[in-house]
Amino acid sequence: MSSMQFGIFSVSDITQDPTTGKTPSEHERIKGWVAMAKKAEEVGLDVFAAGEHHNPPFFSSSPTTTLGYLAAQTERLILSTATTLITTNDPVKIAEDFAMLQHLSDGRVDLTLGRGNTGPVYPWFGKDIRDGIELAIENYALLHKLWHEPVVNWQGKHRTPLTGFTSTPAPLDGVAPFVWHGSIRSPQIAEQAAYYGDGFFHNNIFWNKEHTERMVKLYRSRFAHYGHGEPEQAIVGLGGQIFMKPTEREAKERFRPFFDVAPVYGHGPSLEDFTEMTPLTVGTPEQVIERTLGFRDYAGDYQRQLFLVDHAGLPLEEVLEQIEILGTEVVPVLRREFDAVRQDGVPDAPTHAARVAAAREAGTQLGEQGNAWTEQGARTDFDTGAAIARQAGE
Amino acid sequence: MTSPRIAVVSAGLGEPSSTKLLADRLRDATLAALTAHGQHAEVVDVTLRPLAQDIASHMLTHNPSEALDAAIGEVIDAEAIIAVTPTFNQSYSGLFKSFFDVIEEGQLASIPTALGATGGTARHSMVMDTAMRPMFAYLKAQVVPTGVFAASEDWGTASGLDRRIAREGQELADLMVAMPRRREADPFDAESDSFVSFEQMLGHA
Repeated sequence: MSSMQFGIFSVSDITQDPTTGKTPSEHERIKGWVAMAKKAEEVGLDVFAAGEHHNPPFFSSSPTTTLGYLAAQTERLILSTATTLITTNDPVKIAEDFAMLQHLSDGRVDLTLGRGNTGPVYPWFGKDIRDGIELAIENYALLHKLWHEPVVNWQGKHRTPLTGFTSTPAPLDGVAPFVWHGSIRSPQIAEQAAYYGDGFFHNNIFWNKEHTERMVKLYRSRFAHYGHGEPEQAIVGLGGQIFMKPTEREAKERFRPFFDVAPVYGHGPSLEDFTEMTPLTVGTPEQVIERTLGFRDYAGDYQRQLFLVDHAGLPLEEVLEQIEILGTEVVPVLRREFDAVRQDGVPDAPTHAARVAAAREAGTQLGEQGNAWTEQGARTDFDTGAAIARQAGE
Repeated sequence: MTSPRIAVVSAGLGEPSSTKLLADRLRDATLAALTAHGQHAEVVDVTLRPLAQDIASHMLTHNPSEALDAAIGEVIDAEAIIAVTPTFNQSYSGLFKSFFDVIEEGQLASIPTALGATGGTARHSMVMDTAMRPMFAYLKAQVVPTGVFAASEDWGTASGLDRRIAREGQELADLMVAMPRRREADPFDAESDSFVSFEQMLGHA
């Protein structure tokens, strides 16, 4: 694996193609995601990250189901999220689902935690959006415990207490999935990522770069403050939004109708103004390369770059073409160019294999014989299956 | 030490604009009163008309244009505001409201503020108390007691407009001297005393 990971992330919107008037069905879009992920692996990208939403016009309510299926359909691709809602999901279920996925995918999984900004989703799941930050902090504190301690006793404000709880399965090889914390402009989340020495991801789309710069800078300095290394050793991921054709004119002509009525920024600034204000790049592969290399100027050397390629009603064949261009023309150059300027001492992008090796060296691996919890002394006498087997043997 | 800055926000649509004219008069009255306090202030004009499309785009995308970003910066970094709007449908203009809508919450807390409004006849003068004051109360600005409403006829008669402008300017200058705004610490400044560390957050959680 190289020093940086490149891939795609999607919010899973179902939007009418304004050029044809056709709106894909949920089924078409869901199958389209599978095609996108397989294409991403085929052309040499590293990551596919699924968003999570619980309201139309989005379809991705159950990312681990999707990623489990993709794990079986792919061999190298890292399966991730953008983002997993740490506020409204039960942290116990996140611990279980992603540990399960980690085993099934042989470690090809990590996740990005986010709060979610759709007000009604909170009450639909029994929460209050005003508690967003507090939920993110408390729920992750529990999730972190569930992945690092075999038997958890826990009490908090937002969830029923746990006594003698063991999250199963234990993390693969006794090393939890890598966690990124995503936020656009809440300093508390940059602080959270820094405290745990986890990764920080900025979506870097739809927003002016000053937000990204300010958040990454705080995260890096606090990562060092909490003793995880130098600021430049912090693990940073960025998003980006692109649309490419052989010439800039063709790219703009094709993308403009989608841009002009897009759900997030449509009916607002011109394509040209929005390109100026945000990291959106619509043009040639060379222009995308140049713009993306420029992210380093305000974020420093970073580990992961994800691109949004499939929103606003772009048809699947167009999206697959974008992934193809990314894999064949853009990412190989980005890998080379980023590596050429990368400072010494900047860590590689996180992978399961590297993390297991590091944990082994540091002595922080939780067992290594296949069931980290048992080796750590978790009780098995609550295990119904084991109890039945014991009884049958008596 | 640099002089304090007063941001003069005017939402007039005409050119010339009676709203801008009232804003300028309030500015002059404030500066005169500050001089009597032995103080001086710089003044920056924030005229909203040229920013109208940028304000609409900001609402749709959360991204300020460079010009709008600069204008917002002038207002939130100022030591005082003079804010003047024309009266539409017995309220501030949509443009006036929209500009303050794209300023982030808390950024105007405690800022000394003088309000003004213009309209066709004095029958609209309730705008000051029914629309403007409630909004600035929500923004937690410190608003001076006098608010000058200038109807068209006020510009041509001895209606006491000058006297009211002078009084409001005096009040704003007094407030700037007596109760200057308090500034919140930058939440991204980890060195500041009010920075909330993660240990503190865990304690709260």
